[in-house]
Amino acid sequence: MDTRIAIRARGITKRFGDVVALDGIDLDVAQGQIHGLVGPNGAGKTTLLGLLLGLAVADRGSLEILGTPVGRALAAPYGVAGFVDGPGLYPSLTAKQNLAALAALRGDAQTTGIDDALDQVGLTDVADDRARGFSLGMRQRLGLAAALVTKPRLLVLDEPSNGLDPAGKKHVYGVLNRLAAEGTSVVLSSHRMDDLEALCSEVTLVATGRVVFSGPLSKLAAENRELDYRLLTSDPEAARRLAVDTAGIQAVDDAGIRHDAQMLVVRAQVPALDELVAGLVHAGIAVRELAPVVSPLEAAFLALTEQQEAGR
Amino acid sequence: MTATLTDDNVAVAGVHPVSVARSYRFELVKLFSQWRIRLVVLACWIAPALFVAGVSQQSTLPTDTLFGRWMHATGWAGPLVLLGFAGIWALPLLTSLVAGDVFASEDRLGTWRHLLVAVRSPRRIFAAKALASLTVLLLLVVGLACSSVVGGVLAVGNHPLVGLDGHLLAPGDAAGKVLLAWACALAPTLALAGIGLLGSVALGRSPMGLLLPALVAIAMQIAQMMPLPVVVRLALPGYAFISWNGLFTGPAQLGPLLIGVVVSLVWAVTATALAYLLFLRRDFTNLTYDGSGRRAVTVGVLPLVGLLAVTVAVVTGATGATGSGIEQDKVQRSVATAFAHLYRIQTKELNRPDVTEAQVKATAACDKGSDRVAAEGPGNDWRCVVTWHLPGVEAAGTAIYQLDVTPDGRFVADGDGPKEVNGYFLVRTPTGDAPNPLWQFDGNVALLPTPLKG
Repeated sequence: MDTRIAIRARGITKRFGDVVALDGIDLDVAQGQIHGLVGPNGAGKTTLLGLLLGLAVADRGSLEILGTPVGRALAAPYGVAGFVDGPGLYPSLTAKQNLAALAALRGDAQTTGIDDALDQVGLTDVADDRARGFSLGMRQRLGLAAALVTKPRLLVLDEPSNGLDPAGKKHVYGVLNRLAAEGTSVVLSSHRMDDLEALCSEVTLVATGRVVFSGPLSKLAAENRELDYRLLTSDPEAARRLAVDTAGIQAVDDAGIRHDAQMLVVRAQVPALDELVAGLVHAGIAVRELAPVVSPLEAAFLALTEQQEAGR
Repeated sequence: MTATLTDDNVAVAGVHPVSVARSYRFELVKLFSQWRIRLVVLACWIAPALFVAGVSQQSTLPTDTLFGRWMHATGWAGPLVLLGFAGIWALPLLTSLVAGDVFASEDRLGTWRHLLVAVRSPRRIFAAKALASLTVLLLLVVGLACSSVVGGVLAVGNHPLVGLDGHLLAPGDAAGKVLLAWACALAPTLALAGIGLLGSVALGRSPMGLLLPALVAIAMQIAQMMPLPVVVRLALPGYAFISWNGLFTGPAQLGPLLIGVVVSLVWAVTATALAYLLFLRRDFTNLTYDGSGRRAVTVGVLPLVGLLAVTVAVVTGATGATGSGIEQDKVQRSVATAFAHLYRIQTKELNRPDVTEAQVKATAACDKGSDRVAAEGPGNDWRCVVTWHLPGVEAAGTAIYQLDVTPDGRFVADGDGPKEVNGYFLVRTPTGDAPNPLWQFDGNVALLPTPLKG
């Protein structure tokens, strides 16, 4: 057993009747790593997270969590915490009581950990309010606090930034980064690429129950493919002419974004784009904004999942 | 080393489930955080005292309820009136509210995954939930009993209670039997709680899960009102809500009581075990899970139907009972016994020389309907002629009673004779008018052929 590996899954298969939710999934997550799980709706992400949390058992394959082989019992090894499909909170209890009840389950009667967890997620001010009145974002943060109270070594989170405002997101990002720095492994699923880019060092892309990519984010984003870029210059007409004349650059008229007469959308790989920028500068045209229409990660996600769909 | 999931014998090393004791405390915290549970607990500990005290002060008593006619006479009648009411309405509804919701509430709140991750053992979750709901139910039943006793004794006093065969129970004896009757009612409450757990597990967030114990209780009450064979009546888990009546006869009718309690406990254990099996097989990853559907029928309902059939067979074999259990000689014996006991009470009220039951030598000749109808079974067309004697008096006295005998063996005898004996609801005593114990009285026919001796 390699104790530096938080999760090692090999050939995990899970069926629900005739539906194959997971089809031979392999997954490796190192200790102290924030690992993103990404995929379209129905790809099997929640099922996989459920297996990690001990909510279900796989039909086939092997799963090792925190150095412990997972058996057929519905139970996660000690040190695993988190939630799928939103946090489970009891509305008749206050935020503090929810956490205290959880701490008492662990035999931990001290309240310092509870106050600290509430402080970390920015809920100290509403500690004595009943969870019944909490917004989705507050519930998400309280769910994270509930996981923190158990001092996890593996944190499994399903869409943790759902419903979070920027301040809440900042709290959550901060907590997850600190946990990872302290050696806790985090597996999170998200549909938001900005979450993954901000947090994850590695991602696993799942489509129709299979892994279509697994590895560092940089590797996924650096895949050699054309992207659409938004280009805002001081002279849009001249910029368009120059773009069309540049090898490897294609002007896109229908990029699926809001129409703006000043905005030019070009499709190119990075080297051709560099050449265009140099040409614009040389022609005395100011480049005011140059950004991908969709992030490289999102583009890679769309490309890979569409390939997988097409291959079915 | 890596285990393969297809191997059923994989040890779950590294998994440390939370103890049942801690889970139990967690469940209690959750239950008592609900305002409706707190309100119900409060109501069960306060309302019965107010009800019993209030009714005992009224001029009109609930004479259609067992022991209701004695609520002016003793504080021990009130708790029994309440027990009769609780067996029909309060306990099934309370069971629905607590046991019928203990699993379904997690479905409603979407907290199953959270709970399973926290406790790490479905078995322990089940045990903790079952124990917590039973604890709350016990608290409610104890509250009902204690509160009604306090209300009755404070409002009316610690006086002797007239039993179902007319004999007087000393206050201490009455107290013991009242508490024992409430304890016996715990058994069918547990059976309903088991059915509640089963409904809560099998039907998920569906309101049917919540209502199941109440619906089953109503169905059982309807069955008890029907002219069913006595063995079917005894095989139903709700019979112990009625059979505590047997404690208040002399000798006590322990046979039906014990059978009722045992049947209820068997139902409680069976229904809880079925709920446990269903719970362990549920899919916790499925957000749209809304009950076990067809599995609930095969695992939940069919075994209980089978249990009923087996119980009927066992009770038939053990008791040899047939028919309704209400037979002419039993009715005659019950009426004569009750009359003799109550005659002594009337004699005392009238300040006449005391006589014993043996001296009274009361007998009853009862018939049902016309000659063309067999004198057996329930009905309000029973008519009895009671004959009694007085020491030193040659002539025998006679009094007529119209009887309404219900299928569970209870009867109300309505006097129709001389005003001085049983024809009027008051009798003139040296200190003024007083209730006439012989005018109307409740009684109980032993349904089994050979009642066990108490």
